[in-house]
Amino acid sequence: MILSDTETKAIDHEIALVPYKKAAVIEALKIVQQHHGWVSDEAVEAIAGYLDMSPAAVDSVATFYNLIFRKPVGRHVILLCDSISCYVMGYTKLYEGLQQHLKIKFGETTPDGRFTLLPNACLGCCDHAPALIIDEELYKDVTAERLKEILATYK
Amino acid sequence: MEHPLTKNIHPDRPPLNLPEYEQTGGYAAVRTAVKNMTPQEVQLRVKDSNLKGRGGAGFNTGMKWSFVPMGPDAPKTKYLIANADEMEPGTFKDRLLLEGNPHQLIEGMIVAAYAIQANISYIFLRWAYKKAAELIRKSIAEAYAKGYLGKNILGSGFCLDMYLHTGVGRYMCGEETALLNALEGKRATPRAKPPFPQISGLFGKPTIVNNVETFCCVPHIVNNGAEWFKSLSHSEDGGTKIYGVSGKVNRPGAWELPMGITMRELLEEYAGGMKNGFRLKGILPGGASTDFLTAQHLDIKMDFTSVAAAGSRLGTGTMIVMDDATCPVGFVHNLQHFFAQESCGWCTPCREGLPWVEKILLSLEKGQGREEDMQLLQMHTQLLGPGNTFCALAPGAMEPLQSALKYFRDDFEHHITEKGCPYNSIR
Amino acid sequence: MTIYIDNKPYEVPAGKNLLETCLSLGIDLPYFCWHPALGSVGACRQCAVKLYKDKEDTHGRIVMSCMEGAKDGLLLSVADAGAKAFRKQIIEWLMTNHPHDCPVCDEGGSCHLQDMTVMTGHDYRRFQYKKRTHINQYLGPFIHHEMNRCIQCYRCVRYYRDYAGGDDLNVFAAHHHVYFGREKDGILESPFSGNLAEVCPTGVFTDKTLKEHYTRKWDLTMAPSVCPHCSLGCNIVAGERYGKLRCIGNRYNGEVNGYFLCDKGRFGYEFVNSENRLVKPIIRNRTVEAADETQLVSHLGPLLSHSHSLIGIGSPRASVESNFALMQLVGKENFYQGVNNDEAYLNQRVANIMQYGALHTPSLKEIGLADAVLVLGEDIWNTAPMMALAVRQAVMKTAAADALQHTSLPAWHDMAVRELVQDGKGFLASCTVIPSPLDEISSCTHYAAPDDLARMGFAIAHYIEPSLPPVPGLDNALAEKAKIIAKALQQAKCPVVISGTSAYNEALIKAAFNISLALDKGEKKAMLSYVLPECNSLGLAMMQAPSLETAIGRVQREKDTTLIILEHDIYRSLPPSTADAFLSHCKNSIVLDSLHNRTTQKAQVLIPAATFAEADGTLVNNEGRAQRFYQVFMPANNYIKESWRWLWKMKALRTASGNGHPLHPDELLAQLETALPQFEGISRVSPPHDFRIHGEPIPREPHRYSGRTAMLANIAVSEPKPLQDGDSPLSYTMEGYQGMPPSSMIPFFWAPGWNSIQSVNKYQQETGGPLRGGDPGLRLFEHKNGSPPAFFKDTPEAFTALPKKWLLLPRFHIFGSGELSVYSASVQELSPEPYILMSKHDADQLGAANGSVITLKEGGKEYSFPLKIEEALSDGIVLVPAGLQGMVAFSWGTWALLSTQKNLV
Repeated sequence: MILSDTETKAIDHEIALVPYKKAAVIEALKIVQQHHGWVSDEAVEAIAGYLDMSPAAVDSVATFYNLIFRKPVGRHVILLCDSISCYVMGYTKLYEGLQQHLKIKFGETTPDGRFTLLPNACLGCCDHAPALIIDEELYKDVTAERLKEILATYK
Repeated sequence: MEHPLTKNIHPDRPPLNLPEYEQTGGYAAVRTAVKNMTPQEVQLRVKDSNLKGRGGAGFNTGMKWSFVPMGPDAPKTKYLIANADEMEPGTFKDRLLLEGNPHQLIEGMIVAAYAIQANISYIFLRWAYKKAAELIRKSIAEAYAKGYLGKNILGSGFCLDMYLHTGVGRYMCGEETALLNALEGKRATPRAKPPFPQISGLFGKPTIVNNVETFCCVPHIVNNGAEWFKSLSHSEDGGTKIYGVSGKVNRPGAWELPMGITMRELLEEYAGGMKNGFRLKGILPGGASTDFLTAQHLDIKMDFTSVAAAGSRLGTGTMIVMDDATCPVGFVHNLQHFFAQESCGWCTPCREGLPWVEKILLSLEKGQGREEDMQLLQMHTQLLGPGNTFCALAPGAMEPLQSALKYFRDDFEHHITEKGCPYNSIR
Repeated sequence: MTIYIDNKPYEVPAGKNLLETCLSLGIDLPYFCWHPALGSVGACRQCAVKLYKDKEDTHGRIVMSCMEGAKDGLLLSVADAGAKAFRKQIIEWLMTNHPHDCPVCDEGGSCHLQDMTVMTGHDYRRFQYKKRTHINQYLGPFIHHEMNRCIQCYRCVRYYRDYAGGDDLNVFAAHHHVYFGREKDGILESPFSGNLAEVCPTGVFTDKTLKEHYTRKWDLTMAPSVCPHCSLGCNIVAGERYGKLRCIGNRYNGEVNGYFLCDKGRFGYEFVNSENRLVKPIIRNRTVEAADETQLVSHLGPLLSHSHSLIGIGSPRASVESNFALMQLVGKENFYQGVNNDEAYLNQRVANIMQYGALHTPSLKEIGLADAVLVLGEDIWNTAPMMALAVRQAVMKTAAADALQHTSLPAWHDMAVRELVQDGKGFLASCTVIPSPLDEISSCTHYAAPDDLARMGFAIAHYIEPSLPPVPGLDNALAEKAKIIAKALQQAKCPVVISGTSAYNEALIKAAFNISLALDKGEKKAMLSYVLPECNSLGLAMMQAPSLETAIGRVQREKDTTLIILEHDIYRSLPPSTADAFLSHCKNSIVLDSLHNRTTQKAQVLIPAATFAEADGTLVNNEGRAQRFYQVFMPANNYIKESWRWLWKMKALRTASGNGHPLHPDELLAQLETALPQFEGISRVSPPHDFRIHGEPIPREPHRYSGRTAMLANIAVSEPKPLQDGDSPLSYTMEGYQGMPPSSMIPFFWAPGWNSIQSVNKYQQETGGPLRGGDPGLRLFEHKNGSPPAFFKDTPEAFTALPKKWLLLPRFHIFGSGELSVYSASVQELSPEPYILMSKHDADQLGAANGSVITLKEGGKEYSFPLKIEEALSDGIVLVPAGLQGMVAFSWGTWALLSTQKNLV
């Protein structure tokens, strides 16, 4: 896999801000993921080549962070908060609702590639629990009833 | 009551842009600091104000800064970092400040950087705060354009660059030294202290990492003085605090209040008390890694010393309320699930102990608990203490567990004797 | 300083952490992530002790002993109940996911986790849930991967990445899913990967070759030995059972190899078990060629009589004893070196420089402590791998020492030191013919023809010592580089210059000498080290015998010569036609060797020689350190004997003398010291054959060795008499002195409660330090103060490519170039196919590309190789891999014709 010009330009910008190329690896992973939705083995190799690192060194960092996806994800990623305030305020109902609507569990992608469902630790809006994020959009005070309409806006 | 941190934050209006912020007195502190004060004077003013770190550790901020080597023999490159990785479950106060008034944070950081003579600064922002990322980028650009960042700030000779770095997950990034490793493009495992970041921090250079809320206090301290800051408080710890309440209360939210208001005031006046049909069973006063307090503690002051004296920690000051319909075992299991999954995997007790605790709690919930399990849980609370583990994650995880065993032991025992969760029928 | 451990005062050295301190005092503390060569990180939390503020403090607090520095007056407790309970709990936590593999795990019986579990007293499992499991990876022919056993001590990645510089092993994922391996299956790239088997405290990484013929450590017959594969002489422990050599392990020698070995040394032992072994004497041209000893003796008698002129060819890979015995048999004037002229000349140059003693020859340990290193013209990564590893340590440790200068941080605080060092490195200049993996950590590199590298060396010497003549015609860029290197070497306190013989260039050796001599002023301890081809190249060179070509000249002139070749395949030193002629000119040819090869095929009498594992002997390494290797097991039959034993018999035959008393190596060495005084001291390398401790020998077998008397029950039921070893103080049983033997005689490392290799701690004066009684080996030359020798003045001309010919040079491969190591299938797997290396410009001129077939004409014959382009290689030079099995010996350093067509004019 070859990194596109846009990707390398963005990575170069990050490299300029740090003393060593390898210090830009997390940025590089984010940039590649922004463009492709996830980071493949080939992408790891491409990043490694560009930053003069070994693929193992890149993957060591990539696999540590849960928001770097090393497996393909759907067109839209649902991050459902499963932390304590959302637990008290009933996130399990949302999980049940999502399972019902999408027929997938945490870690799975709908067969049509539309949604991937993942849990995420506290989203930092506990006063509006339960909450979830789809792509970059935060949804607060979500009820099981609202789920259908929220999901419908995503193709 | 004064609300220096939030007086310009209105949830239904976009945050102040730079000219608007300047109009409210914004960036005056930068001017005062770089033109009329020495770095040491700034440090001293902050130290005298008794500002305690708002990230949870509660260490005197000015004193923390004083360990940074200064003077002509000090390393030329120094770093200042805002820890905006707010991921402690139940904590949502920094979001308010980041989305509400990013320029306030930037101003605080510039003053702090000047105080330690750092010339590179970062805001380490968690991935999930997308809105804040946008606003911060915009605000940093505005600050550069106006000359508050970059070379020769306000003609003082002081230079500062500021960058936004967004994270890619992992609660550990909120730990000061693990954050440094993340910024260096590494796995976010913590570092042993000593050496402290003030001596060997980012890329081995002197570094100060402070919480967002802590930095936001700084401009106001510079503008109005240490005594003023102390006067805002109801206790020894200076200033106001953003307190929050979540759980089954009538008005969950965040409010800027004098440091040291009581738990009762916070819970009943501001959060409107428990929702209809629910009673207070337990409170984690400062986020997931603090010990439970109960109704008997409602009159304690929410400051670092008082909460500690009551057997807990102020932490982030955002309370999580556990109602009497929520099973304490399930509640604590949710917390331990979080901590076990967020363990970085570096040290044995955390990596192996937390999943074990999680499994025990789950089996209790499922009705498969045994008497020995109580002993095993107790053992973990005793042995996963500070110094025994490499960092504070596991000791933090044990705080809600040990206090739950203390105050809600019966609930745990019932799971064993009744071979199931007695709360299931209530839910 | 004084510290108090459980209320007892102890005098301890400064600068160490409490774990090192306790272990050095013989106090047992469990640990995993700390390693004496890797420092402390405080990850595993196993080494917990209690620390007390003062005498009044009765509670204390738990600290990790590996992360606490010893301070004067410190109060600590190891035996405290709380600390003990915590240490025990750590094991229980580690055990929650550990598989019940012990009975089927290779590590069992020499497992650090087993030892620490027993030490802490954990013995009851309370965890009743499922364990996490992992998928294993294929990691190559050397190392086996079994991730379920991992206790996440992080030692493997710290050793592999930080110590050895490897980049393809790492840690992945987080929390209790952390995984140690490659990013995908594949052969581990580092040639030091084998050490993972000893660094890993459990059975995650194990010796894959041992699995082919697995034996528990306690069931092995072991002896202290020396690696025969290169001139560094790393100390090894070799283990045998049922007549097969099973495995090689590290034998700690603080001055030489320390804790580690290279993969060639660790895995290249299978030649001992090869089916290609010579197992019976062979007398050719008879109906039945195999002969017994009587037949052999009666055949040899006439051949060895005084009417024949005997010529002996010694060997750079045979022991000093064997070479000397041959010299005694044939007479000094008839003894020749089994190396060609060029090699003999270069080795002699090195031997002379070293024997003169003007400069200090560093041990590998001293190289590791250097603060500036220049590698001039030698590909040490391939010709002396452990030296390359030592050079890497010099680079890293110097950077650490610099970074620590203005801090109070202790050197053992591994992560903190690394953070301060960042990318810092000590000075290394790597000036070689083609790029090397050491370039990655070099401050300065240069690739050029050997003569040009030598010129650069002379220039460096001139910049250090301006009274030396400058090098004429040196271009500016090169001169600048030389100045930088000169300055760095001058500023260093203990600089090392390394060169060697593998580039077949004498000027390099002289240049290296000049540089070191120029540096050697005042307080500075300038060190000079040369890499030689074989494990006893220096020993043979010290005997000052002429080269093979001289012997060839002689047999051409004289008639009726009987040639005796000791342990050497002359087809590896001479072009085939020359070797053929040599052998055919001799009336009789007798070869002593352990394996069949091209020489034995042509020889008339073959005498089976014992391999290093079946023999006692002494080797002299490139440092001038004489080291003894001991017989691990008796050869399979009585025909296989040490060469020196055969040669002594032959001498007795010839002189009709010998009083029939058994010869042991001590006598030979004593005679050697008298005959050749340059070997003075060699008899003191190790205690004599009759050394005993309280009347007892030192057992080769651990006290749990099983089956000794039942092993041969299928042949004869009655218990056989234990084998007698008259050559050394070692015995072939478990009985004998159970305490600590002299350091040169340690057959295996074991202590009560310490079954694994970590037991080395008990044998050292302090952890990481020399063995008790001193590290083994005796340096034969020491730095002599006296009138300094002259500088070499003969700077070579600049290298000029010839119009139609190329300078043919060897390229050594750690796996492939060795004669013996390739018998191991694992080593063979990693050996390259033949190829020819050329610059891009030259390839273009020939109209060739990568993969094109190139015909090389040298010595009147033509050879074909596929082309590989090396951009950094100087025009006018080609490299061909040296010593690959079956390949002919080229006349390295001569000019060859090349073409893309066959039948060169």
